[in-house]
Amino acid sequence: MPAGSVKSNPGHERRLHPLPVRIMHWTNAVAVFIMIGSGWKIYNDDVLFGWLHFPDAVVIGKWAQYGLQWHFFGMWIFVLNGLAYLCYGIASGRFRQKLFPISVRETLATVGAALRFRLRHDDLTHYNAVQKVLYLGIILIGILIVISGLALWKPVQFSELASLFGTFQTIRLVHFLCMAAIVLFLLVHVALALLVPQSLVAMLTGGPVVPGTATAMADGADVPATGAP
Amino acid sequence: MPLRTRRPSIFRPTRPVDQGVLSANRKLVDDVNRRNVLRGAISLGALTLLTGCDVSEEEPVQRALRTVSAWNDRVQAAMFRPDHLAPTFSAAQVVKPPRFNAYYDIEDLKPVDGATWKLELAGRIADKRPWTAEQLYALPEQEIIIRHVCVEGWDYIGQWSGPNLRHFLQRVGADLTAKYVYFHCADEFTESIDMATALHPQTILATRYAGETITDPFGYPLRLRTSTKLGYKNAKWIRTIEVTNAFTETFWSRQGFNWFAGI
Repeated sequence: MPAGSVKSNPGHERRLHPLPVRIMHWTNAVAVFIMIGSGWKIYNDDVLFGWLHFPDAVVIGKWAQYGLQWHFFGMWIFVLNGLAYLCYGIASGRFRQKLFPISVRETLATVGAALRFRLRHDDLTHYNAVQKVLYLGIILIGILIVISGLALWKPVQFSELASLFGTFQTIRLVHFLCMAAIVLFLLVHVALALLVPQSLVAMLTGGPVVPGTATAMADGADVPATGAP
Repeated sequence: MPLRTRRPSIFRPTRPVDQGVLSANRKLVDDVNRRNVLRGAISLGALTLLTGCDVSEEEPVQRALRTVSAWNDRVQAAMFRPDHLAPTFSAAQVVKPPRFNAYYDIEDLKPVDGATWKLELAGRIADKRPWTAEQLYALPEQEIIIRHVCVEGWDYIGQWSGPNLRHFLQRVGADLTAKYVYFHCADEFTESIDMATALHPQTILATRYAGETITDPFGYPLRLRTSTKLGYKNAKWIRTIEVTNAFTETFWSRQGFNWFAGI
């Protein structure tokens, strides 16, 4: 096939990070920033752990009501964007393609290699086992933080849901631990993005063009679906 | 031969991605080492110092946030289940005494004299004759052992009893189709609830806690106790009950706390 046939339809060029993924990624970044900062402000009013207060410099909202206002504003962005992402990931086959299958043995091997800084990056378009576990895990944590948040917000209207967690303080603890998991994930995620700035640029520009997809879509039935090595 | 060929999703790349991606970043990938990881972690730490500023008080930001809060009021009203009962608890779980909360410290409390106090009625109520504490305390009582949830995050189980608000509103001929019930209090505090919450089976005018007449810090002689709102909506030391269709900001909503505050 002549290469020109791909370039003739640049509007359908497929990039490493498709536009919807990029939009949802940065929308989520803003939402998570708001939710964590305002959540820390709300937490400070009645701490779960006596040794843990979040410094004023890192919370969003000078007073309690501002923290609450931001939290109940950010929740709409986080939840609606998250729902869009889940629908997209399932409908497009992206989750199936990127995150599955996950093998325990491969995961342990990858952890070992990463700790010795011997991780191979032969194919950047494929997630290694640890990436699969982390990305799938963080999606599940994202779902759990929303569910526990609903139970916290409406322990009476959703009393059936709230009772699954136990006491009201248990719901707070689950919500808090989900936040802690997300913060740990972000520390690694952002540190790695800063180490490899091109990955940050790619999440803005879309990254390199994936060849052949524009025409493959038109005659997709003729192309084997499992063509990837 | 398979009966049906599986068609790939139109969103899915049918060919592997260009491995040029790797060669473009090869040097960087090879460069990932301990020193750079540490350097990156320090940069990340420095990044958190940039978040100290507060834009919440800026007029356009505050207006936008309050617009969302008002939208959340409507969402909560739509979510409200009028006949759904909050979980109740056993007398053994009741915390005694209850936890004090007001917009001032307990030392600044100004007790209400029950002997001269009268409950005034206002707005869309047919019989506006005031009630003495004696008359109110003689009404049939309902007891609820429910969870008090504070917006700050703490909670406790409390045992409250007193006349059911719905029955009281019916008795004085209140317009039950009106939108709001306002509570004007002795400490210049005002709170209001939507009519659906006022008519909820677990909304009472509390006069007792754990079987004893409520004490000064907790609203003597009359306070609101509803199972479906955050603590701050439960007005204490009530002086006037007003039924109205007109919305006016309340003590906490004026300061930016959510008005509906349902749980």
